[in-house]
Amino acid sequence: MDEPRVGAREVERVFRAEYGRAVSVLVGVFGDIDVAEEAVQDAFTVAVERWPATGLPPSPAGWIITTARNRAIDRLRREATRDERQAQAAALLAARAAEARDGEDEGAVRDDRLRLIFTCCHPSLGTGAQVALTLRLLGGLTTAEIARAFLVPEPTMAQRLVRAKNKIRQAGIPYRVPYESDLPDRLRAVLSVVYLIFNEGYAASSGDRLVREPLCTEAIRLGRLLVELMPDEPEALGLLALMLLSDSRRAARVSPGGGLVLLADQDRSRWDAALVAEGQELVRRCLRRGRPGPYQIQAAINAVHSDAPSAAATDWPQIVVLYDQLAAITPSPVVALHRAVAVAEVEGPAAGLALVDALGPELTGYHLSYAIRADLLRRLGRDTEAADAYEAALACTGNAAEQDFLRARNREARGGG
Amino acid sequence: MKQYLLSVVTPTGGEPPAPEELKAIMADVEAFHDELKAAGAWVFAGGLHAPETATVVQVTGGETVMTDGPFIEGKEYLGGICIVKAPDLDAALEWGRKAATAISLPIEVRSFVQD
Repeated sequence: MDEPRVGAREVERVFRAEYGRAVSVLVGVFGDIDVAEEAVQDAFTVAVERWPATGLPPSPAGWIITTARNRAIDRLRREATRDERQAQAAALLAARAAEARDGEDEGAVRDDRLRLIFTCCHPSLGTGAQVALTLRLLGGLTTAEIARAFLVPEPTMAQRLVRAKNKIRQAGIPYRVPYESDLPDRLRAVLSVVYLIFNEGYAASSGDRLVREPLCTEAIRLGRLLVELMPDEPEALGLLALMLLSDSRRAARVSPGGGLVLLADQDRSRWDAALVAEGQELVRRCLRRGRPGPYQIQAAINAVHSDAPSAAATDWPQIVVLYDQLAAITPSPVVALHRAVAVAEVEGPAAGLALVDALGPELTGYHLSYAIRADLLRRLGRDTEAADAYEAALACTGNAAEQDFLRARNREARGGG
Repeated sequence: MKQYLLSVVTPTGGEPPAPEELKAIMADVEAFHDELKAAGAWVFAGGLHAPETATVVQVTGGETVMTDGPFIEGKEYLGGICIVKAPDLDAALEWGRKAATAISLPIEVRSFVQD
């Protein structure tokens, strides 16, 4: 009588944790995302009715998958009675589903989730569609939640998901881990989708932080999943480490008033020590593999910052070395810009400014390049030029917290000049 | 097995390749077709004459009207087509990559509606 009750919140927790696993298994059986989603949702509807009375089954995920599969087979049989050919197809599917029941070991489930990730992040889908599908199918977020996080109306997001799923079906995007020769490119696409989700949450302006921060949590959860599914991919480890180390500073990078606090000014006691420790351990683990990549190096740069008890104690020469490595692997003006910041710490602001001024026109309109230039000018005492650069930076960002920060700096420069 | 249409996206008003260049392209395209046939993926392929050679036929209220020239004028036109059999989009995109390499023009890959 006093058995613990299974409430709506508990079912919700299982839903978030197991939705992606269940959908990926069902897509594997039925070869169709809509059939799979509908079946898994049916199964959770049954769970909401039954679990409060029966208690949580020993394996909630297994229960959901079995229930979903039976529901889907029933549905296909019902719909098939009209047409002989459909009936044959349904019989075939049911047989395959029964077979799948026997081969349902953890390894097979793992492969199903990996297939689903590569399907969601297929390069023939637009970035917006890749992100939405990944959050929906693997993250188990509702369409409304995804729409809120990306600041678009729910019908727009619903339509984006329908279109993406139609394209998968109609164009014949395979449900398969890519061929060996395509794997590096395809893995890069998967990692960049997860990192994009993280950055959408991380760079959120103060006003909508509450609705967007869950994206960071979700991206880290997906990052952990990638590491679990592809333990031999050092870039997957590097991405997870990078996200954990960035996320460890989440509380410290926002002032009580909601303003942006730069790395150098952050109260380092407010960094999440557990996340820092986990991130640093991952950096060590992936660098031991000796196959450095852009995520691993960016994670290593973050680890150097995390090591420093104060901003002044930062090992900047080490950071310059890491940026040199990053620039060698992925040369880009943005990498060169960040390298200039590190050089300014080692050799002084004049050296940094010379590097920034030598950058090509690719960074025109990129607010950070003006903000960094402004900061270097300010440190050189060239306040009027600094103020002009702050204004240029302001004109290029729509992020409220960043705007407030730049306005404050601009006022200081104008006041002093 | 699905069927995919590979369309050659040809820029409007572009200079046609020089004769010896064209000869090299035709040889590459021929080799691509041979590869399709050897793989059992071949359905059909053919180049098209320029869009200004097209005629549009319309029937309105039982009356046939013919118009000179392409129906839609755009920055690109359909320069040729190739239809391939492929198990899925990845396989079709690989054929598309080979076609684009042979022709040196972008290739649009689209699946046919199947019942």
